[in-house]
Amino acid sequence: MTIESHRDGNALGGVLMSLFGVEMTHRRGCCGGCGAINTLGEMHIYVDAPGDVVRCPSCQTVLMVLIRIESVVRINLAQLAWMEMPD
Amino acid sequence: MDGTALPRRLTWVVAEVVSSVDETRRARSIVLRCPGWPGHLAGQHIDIRLTAEDGYQAQRSYSIAAPADGEYVVITVELIEDGEVSPYLVEDLVMGDRIEVRGPIGGYFVWEPSLGGPLQLIGGGSGVVPLMAMLRARVSADSQVPVRYLSSARSLDRVLFRSELARIGRDVDGVEVLHTLTRTRPDGWDGLERRVDADMLQSHAFAVSERPTCFVCGPTPFVEAVSSALVALGHDPGRVKTERFGPTGG
Amino acid sequence: MALINRGFRRRNRVDAPPDRVPPGQYVTADFPVLSAGPTPRVRLEEWSLSVSTAAGQETRWSWEELSSLPSETITVDIHCVTKWSKLDTVWQGVSVDDLVGDMDDPGAFVLARSYGGYTTNLPTSDITGGKAWVAFGYDGEPLAAEHGGPARLLVPHLYLWKSAKWVNELQFSNSDRRGFWESYGYHDYGDPWMEQRYRGD
Repeated sequence: MTIESHRDGNALGGVLMSLFGVEMTHRRGCCGGCGAINTLGEMHIYVDAPGDVVRCPSCQTVLMVLIRIESVVRINLAQLAWMEMPD
Repeated sequence: MDGTALPRRLTWVVAEVVSSVDETRRARSIVLRCPGWPGHLAGQHIDIRLTAEDGYQAQRSYSIAAPADGEYVVITVELIEDGEVSPYLVEDLVMGDRIEVRGPIGGYFVWEPSLGGPLQLIGGGSGVVPLMAMLRARVSADSQVPVRYLSSARSLDRVLFRSELARIGRDVDGVEVLHTLTRTRPDGWDGLERRVDADMLQSHAFAVSERPTCFVCGPTPFVEAVSSALVALGHDPGRVKTERFGPTGG
Repeated sequence: MALINRGFRRRNRVDAPPDRVPPGQYVTADFPVLSAGPTPRVRLEEWSLSVSTAAGQETRWSWEELSSLPSETITVDIHCVTKWSKLDTVWQGVSVDDLVGDMDDPGAFVLARSYGGYTTNLPTSDITGGKAWVAFGYDGEPLAAEHGGPARLLVPHLYLWKSAKWVNELQFSNSDRRGFWESYGYHDYGDPWMEQRYRGD
């Protein structure tokens, strides 16, 4: 049994918007682990870490990891199978 | 939602404090003038970044408390004991001070009248701020969406926006306001008296059959308890939107 | 150049002698909880720690068995890559030397694995020779789950991400395999005094 201590996707809203140039928290992404499709806002975010970890709310698979190195943010697309953006 | 998705860079802008109001002994609403503000939706937030003289920076997110009004953005900040940013905003910031902000941010935890309802708003502590923005948007747009607003606070002196909520509950058709006080209550209190639980939601929230959209906001344990109670009652998880403020509430 | 906010300062800053504070760090009186995922809750009856070598030797300790090993109380400074340092922290634990002592040349590197999936890698020489412990007590109390309990690895001479919380396995090998943060860009070694935060530092 685990104790959840995560935030919602909106906790990353600012950094993702500044990276992608558009609002991201209602964009859908697919978990490469279990196939679950959720909006970023519904994903579980762990922000109190050496990086921000985005996990699938269904199976906890790590979907993305954001690391800040000096003035650069590196987005590691871990097990995110796909994500939608506006055309 | 894509009305707010016009491609543009989200950058830090220097905002100026134009006025403030003490909401309670430990909470303050601050009006910021943000040059070039593109407008925002209820539920969205801003990020604030503070820089100390030694270069140390701290960043926090604060929900916008009121509907869009040109360049003016209102946030309501509650002082967290042992907090780092909230004491500065609540106790030190004065009119004319400048702070860095970026926003508006948020596409998931937002509501506007065109999204319809019924709208169930449940907030714990300062979690009511984005919900108050939604309620204020509903009222100022003269929308007919039915709204139930339930706030949970430790004591009456901690309830935010109390008199405005009393007036709205009394004067605005289709809006019901309820408060529950979890630790202390004044003599003669006729509101609710415990933590939000399934029974309280069963009795006072919109019924599952009415298919409300629920917005739940506040400290993480509060959001977890309330959102799981809603889902256990039968509400569609896809229509229970949450914003966890973190363990202490921000 | 960012705007300076008059009067704003870092909270809970504690003054400390500079020779105890690695570059870029500040000393705090708090003990921040940082996690990359949900906090595992492991029942002691189910807990185990296995140690395996490159040659395929494996030993496993149950909680009872770990508790019967000699333990020590140590006072160390800890340094997190997120820039906070905490001085004179008191832990109780078993020296890793007592877990691998019987094994001949286990391998040049170790991958520590945790309940919940976290991993981190170290050279064997940094986890032996009195430099590391499996810690189950902090400040006189059983180690809280949020800080890595029932037991965590403690390697105070490296950044704290190497001190794997909820440690479950020490897998020695002759090849260095990157753990969680290392694979996302953090430094393979992580010496706070050399400020080795990111790969390439």
